[in-house]
Amino acid sequence: MLPGAANVPPVGHPETRFDPGPPPFREAAECFHCGLPVPVGSRFTAMIDGEPRVMCCAGCQAVAQTIAAGGFESYYRDRTTFAPSTSGESAPDELAIYDLPEVQRGFVREVDGALEASLLLQGITCAACIWLNEQHVARLPGVLAMEVNYTTHRARVRWDPQRILLSEILRAVQAIGYRAFPASNAGAEEARKRENRAALWRLFVAGFGMMQVMMYAVPTYLAGAGTMSDDIAQLMRIAGFVLTVPVVFYACAPFFRGAWRDFTLRRLGMDVPIALGIGVSFAASVIATFGGRGEVYFDSITMFVFFLLTGRYLEQRARQRAAVSLEYLDRALPLSAHRLTRYPISRDSDTVPAVSLRPGEFVLVAPGETVPADGRVAEGETEIDESLLTGESVPAPKSKGATLVGGSVNRLNAVVLEVQHAGDDTRASHIRRLTDRAASQRPRIVELTDRIAGWFVAGVLACAGAAALWWAAVEPARALWIAVAVLVVTCPCALSLATPTALAISVGALARRGAVATRGHAVETLARVTHFVFDKTGTLTQGRLSLTSVQPSAGLTRGELLASACTLEQGSEHPLACALRAAAAEEGVGARTAATHMRNVAGCGVEARLDGQLHRIGTRSFVAQIAGEDGPAPAGDAGATPVWVGSERGWLGVLRFRDELRPDAIELLDELKGQGKHVVILSGDVPDAVEFVARQLGVTDFAGGCSPEAKHARVQALQAGGAVVAMVGDGVNDAPVLAQAQVSIAMGTGAVLSQARSDLVLLSGRLPALLDAIRISRRTLRIVRENLAWAVAYNVVALPLAMAGFVTPWLAGIGMAGSSLLVVLNALRLVGDSPGASRLAPQGPAASSRASRLVARA
Amino acid sequence: MDILYLLIPLSLVLVFIIGAVFWVALRGGQFDDLEGPAHRILQDDDSPNRQ
Repeated sequence: MLPGAANVPPVGHPETRFDPGPPPFREAAECFHCGLPVPVGSRFTAMIDGEPRVMCCAGCQAVAQTIAAGGFESYYRDRTTFAPSTSGESAPDELAIYDLPEVQRGFVREVDGALEASLLLQGITCAACIWLNEQHVARLPGVLAMEVNYTTHRARVRWDPQRILLSEILRAVQAIGYRAFPASNAGAEEARKRENRAALWRLFVAGFGMMQVMMYAVPTYLAGAGTMSDDIAQLMRIAGFVLTVPVVFYACAPFFRGAWRDFTLRRLGMDVPIALGIGVSFAASVIATFGGRGEVYFDSITMFVFFLLTGRYLEQRARQRAAVSLEYLDRALPLSAHRLTRYPISRDSDTVPAVSLRPGEFVLVAPGETVPADGRVAEGETEIDESLLTGESVPAPKSKGATLVGGSVNRLNAVVLEVQHAGDDTRASHIRRLTDRAASQRPRIVELTDRIAGWFVAGVLACAGAAALWWAAVEPARALWIAVAVLVVTCPCALSLATPTALAISVGALARRGAVATRGHAVETLARVTHFVFDKTGTLTQGRLSLTSVQPSAGLTRGELLASACTLEQGSEHPLACALRAAAAEEGVGARTAATHMRNVAGCGVEARLDGQLHRIGTRSFVAQIAGEDGPAPAGDAGATPVWVGSERGWLGVLRFRDELRPDAIELLDELKGQGKHVVILSGDVPDAVEFVARQLGVTDFAGGCSPEAKHARVQALQAGGAVVAMVGDGVNDAPVLAQAQVSIAMGTGAVLSQARSDLVLLSGRLPALLDAIRISRRTLRIVRENLAWAVAYNVVALPLAMAGFVTPWLAGIGMAGSSLLVVLNALRLVGDSPGASRLAPQGPAASSRASRLVARA
Repeated sequence: MDILYLLIPLSLVLVFIIGAVFWVALRGGQFDDLEGPAHRILQDDDSPNRQ
């Protein structure tokens, strides 16, 4: 990538590509706020620094106006990446929950008459975001202090409860386009802080010890014969010993503990030769120091330890950073629940904190939502995803009377739950442990090197023992030192650092481009992918459908059709349902009476009883089952998605929705095809609409009207043919396919369930981030291979030399440290890989130089 | 070269003093946010005008 390429705006595609009708978009016009493409005919603008800027949606417009009104326009000059998309915000009234004392108990504490809370900010993408949040919240009357940690994205806010409510603070954060959650797991945060401080302190002890011990060691190497008195040399050795003691006994503690654990479990890990090497060379050096015979290697020991700890510290930080960006997914139990206070007389629900639920109460669990408490299904039937609990990815059907466990996810239909255990009595703590275990899952490639290392370690120990025995017979004085040299020179440091450092650094590099790897194997597998399977809705298209036409059957008004459709789609989070509700709200049409017997049939539609009659909304064949054959044909407009509505009495009409292509989808697919990847589009949408999209993108392998099962089967078939499949999707209906594909990639703007299930989340919602991710993962794999090859080659050369007695321990130390250093530096090349760090067009020379300064410092 | 008999022990003492200073800084949370101050100093030009 050329250095200047970072700021080149995406190339506008020639309009001649699109024969049917007018081009869907002229330029790749990007929303000034969030960078997502602006839909055709958008009329949203906001005045920023005296210039009208285009916005993609009302949400971004409102946020930009708030920012401009507060006088924070310099945010737009300072930022280095686009703001997060504002779509998919939760209703602000839900925030009032956080004012209740029983909810606040978990995360708010009182300090000098004021209240202080730890909040987790979602949507932070760059330094300017943090500045904006701090300034905006600090200006609210009643807020005493607001401070955001740049690394963990946690905010500490202190306020006067007499003058402002917590919910108002959270709402203020939402008004500028971010979301704030109470950081409920304060204990985990404390633990992480302690772990970080301990790691840093160990690193300091080892680093400072290394530098100082080197000060004492170098003169003895450089001094010519007879220029240094024995007393001084001995004093230097003792000084080196004094500083090596804390390094060995404190900084190395994790290695000794790891080795001991391996020993008790009767296996050989990387820590065993490390601990053995450190232990033996330290003991030998101590004997040499006080026995006055032999060489001292305090400098090699401290340097070795410092390099090892540096690698581990970097790895730990990269891992924590990745974990932070996805922490909001990690809350097993939701904080609020929809309680049906007067069920079954009325279905009115009010939002209450989940901890305040009591056994015997009824709650509504909408599809896509997490079950807030343990209990029994009182009404409705659905499928429940209990994978967080059981690891079983196939959702289990649940009907009336079945037990639901809090923390599992409702996949299909809205159900009423009778609470049996709530709050602390649920199995939430159990779920938490399981989630933690999933997070600590090790990448396969690391497991592989660990297994190889086990054999390698056994081999090294055998070689060291054999060398010691052989030399004990030939030349006893040198036997110990040759054994130490064998241990140190082959110390599989390079081997054990080769993979984790490269993976850790690549996870960090991915996160900076808005792609978060949630599973260890994501990076490794992504590099090997041969087939990319895309969902259409929300992935290749913008996922913001709009209602384009309403075609009621004879004898029915437009409003009546809309109202019925709206009522049917009440409880759904499908993009079609959202678009329908938005359009209906615009026309002043609301949902009618409550629908009963609501059932969501995946891939087909929704059915429910309205006024005692069975109604269906969805695909033509699904509705035809109750409304009779020959439904109304949708007129023209091949790109639009028709949705039929019908009842037992007949067809009610057709609604048509249109979803524009993302401009960057073409860029992405062209690039993927250029790399020789096979691209497949599988969508649950009608075949015509899928074909229309596939044509525009030049994709020949596509299928429309796919049920989740059909998609699943198709991916399985590809895999049976030896393909490594990456699935890119964003809907709840994609969850089974995401689980089946070797790598699953979810859009950060999509359903939370599919994000929780996927290996990689594109937080920015921009497709080219996927190209960056592929490029980084391939480079990572190449660097891992280079590192492994180097480590193996080095050992193949060094081991025989050491066994033959040609390598003195200090030479071995240099060789070992050098090989580790080489491996780490090789992995660090991934950090320098930063094209696409900013796709923002420069907004004035001063701004861009300031931005680049920020990037350089970051 | 006799001064080395003083300087080497003195360097050891200094190392431990520096270590203690670092320890205090670490405990005080100075290293909890390694990026924030670098950005804040650039962006701190208009502080909130609260009463």
